[in-house]
Amino acid sequence: MDAMPRELSYSQAIQEAMAIAMEADSRVFLMGEDIGVYGGAFQVTGDLVERFGPDRVMDTPISELGGAGVAVGAAMTGMRPIFEFQFSDFATLAMEQIVNQAAKMRFMLGGEVSVPVVMRFPAGSGTGAAAQHSQSLEAWLGHVPGLKVIQPATPHDAKGMLLAAVADPDPIMIFEHKLLYKMKGPVPEGHYTVPIGKAEIRREGADLTIVATSIMVHKAMEAAETLAAEGIDVEVVDLRTIRPMDKDTVIASVKKTSRLLCVYEAVKTLGIGAEVSAMIAESEAFDYLDAPIVRLGGAETPIPYNPELEKSAVPQTPDIIAAARGLVRGQR
Amino acid sequence: MATARKLADEQQTNLPFAYRHYSQEQLKDVLRKMYLIRRFEEGAEDSYMRGLIHGTMHLSIGQEASAMGICMPLTEQDQITSTHRGHGHCIAKGADVKRMFAEFFGKTTGYCKGRGGSMHIADVSMGNLGANGIVAGGIPIAVGAALSAKRMKTGKVVISFFGDGANNEGAFHEALNMAAIWKLPVIFVCENNGYGMSTSTARSTAVKNIADRAAAYSMPGVIVNGNIFSEVAEAAHAAVERARAGEGPTLIESKTYRYRGHSKSDRNRYRTKEEIDDWISNRDPIALFENELKEFGLIDDKGIEDIREAVRVEIEAGIEFAKASPSPEAADLEQFVYTEMA
Repeated sequence: MDAMPRELSYSQAIQEAMAIAMEADSRVFLMGEDIGVYGGAFQVTGDLVERFGPDRVMDTPISELGGAGVAVGAAMTGMRPIFEFQFSDFATLAMEQIVNQAAKMRFMLGGEVSVPVVMRFPAGSGTGAAAQHSQSLEAWLGHVPGLKVIQPATPHDAKGMLLAAVADPDPIMIFEHKLLYKMKGPVPEGHYTVPIGKAEIRREGADLTIVATSIMVHKAMEAAETLAAEGIDVEVVDLRTIRPMDKDTVIASVKKTSRLLCVYEAVKTLGIGAEVSAMIAESEAFDYLDAPIVRLGGAETPIPYNPELEKSAVPQTPDIIAAARGLVRGQR
Repeated sequence: MATARKLADEQQTNLPFAYRHYSQEQLKDVLRKMYLIRRFEEGAEDSYMRGLIHGTMHLSIGQEASAMGICMPLTEQDQITSTHRGHGHCIAKGADVKRMFAEFFGKTTGYCKGRGGSMHIADVSMGNLGANGIVAGGIPIAVGAALSAKRMKTGKVVISFFGDGANNEGAFHEALNMAAIWKLPVIFVCENNGYGMSTSTARSTAVKNIADRAAAYSMPGVIVNGNIFSEVAEAAHAAVERARAGEGPTLIESKTYRYRGHSKSDRNRYRTKEEIDDWISNRDPIALFENELKEFGLIDDKGIEDIREAVRVEIEAGIEFAKASPSPEAADLEQFVYTEMA
């Protein structure tokens, strides 16, 4: 009899990946605010400090810019830091080191150094933390050549992509939606990697492609169930990496279904949906489109505090269902 | 000369630090490198004027003793981070002016293969982790390099060079604090040339001396006359010793002056001609060092002339090497953005 596949939460999967990476390689260490005895603001590092000690699970002062710079400098000189931002919003405090230094160092120095740093960003809304603790800033960093930006949507991918990130010689930015941390899913034991730069087809379908990122993958899957009952056969593509984007998988899917809906939590304009849409418009898949491309993204507002307003500021499953119906049946 | 030698013998123990600590050959090489820095920058400036190179550059002419004094106690394995005004640091840390000129000319033989230019010049093989176009950008990076040294037990010491302008950036304060709490082998060297672009330290900085900031981070703050090689070297030795012993960071403020403007477009409207002339005529670091060497009988006029000539030849050869080197191919534009996977 087959054993039930082991399930871990998304945050446990990340913690396990970090432990495996630290066990395997003495250069790997963790840095961040309150990641030691406190266990991290979202308990992702948990008790790792007890196992690896405070030198490898390093609490930093509340100094995002300086801390990110220390991680960059350590990475340039032989270490493999994994730097946790307490909230992805605090990337704004460290943009100098991320954008000017980490991303460009290898290029500016003609390939003489590499910057194998991993930065983890707890992102997204839904926790009642209001405007400065709920943003989705992944597209900001996705705009910067030299960075790789990933958004694992499942515990399986969170572990496998983090292990791929630690092994990667270039700076990797991981955006982890906070509402996913408690989500459980099957996670293999031991070391495995999920490639950076490869999208995953979560559900095959014939009528419509939904390209979604992070938590929106799950909402898209939920929507697809409802839509299936109505006879609309949805293909869900989990983008997983926004830079470098897996164009081939998206193009092939759109050629198959002839309809594209992009769903992402970040502010709609100038975002990932614009990039995916433009990429399709520029590709051979354009000729296959039977309907205009539709984007569902966050509202053009900061994330509000009131829970009902907060929900209405980002796409929800009914919004996806409605948009999909419109696309397939021409009711817009 | 005879009188000078006699003086040197009699007062050996009272001589300034550098003359007790270094051999005659080492001291002559310091003079050679100070000339190399100055002539390199003059050569770069001249090449720019003649339209041979484009972009911009920030010259450190007048600050040569600072770069040399700080780098004297370092080994090849020790590391530095540098600034937009970093040519002196690069040469002091052992770079070849041929490859520096090639970088200025944007050639593939340059240290950054033509991708970085003046503001990002680096020589990783000699421990120079790079100049930096962002004021204070290199300071946290130096702390990170020092963290690597401590964790990997390499025994390396890291120097972070920056200017007076950087002392009002948040990165400076965050980095000093972390270096202090973790007792890292890093030395913060503020080359205070009096002006952050056009704004004087008096107008920009609440403390009289930037070294006073060290107290806030429980580390020694040392002020040196940055135009006197021996003074700078003495402070650097003490700080390096302290860092290697695991006692943590030091902040050195090296008070100096740049003769040229902030960059190529500077009209010098924020300072007087008299002030500039005073520094050039009375406090030039190379002249001061030469005079000491002569006074202590370590070099004569012929020796100085030989050094100048050797430097002239080296600079000329460097410029010729750069001119003759190939430019990168446009097809290679995206090279080095990411690590090429085998």
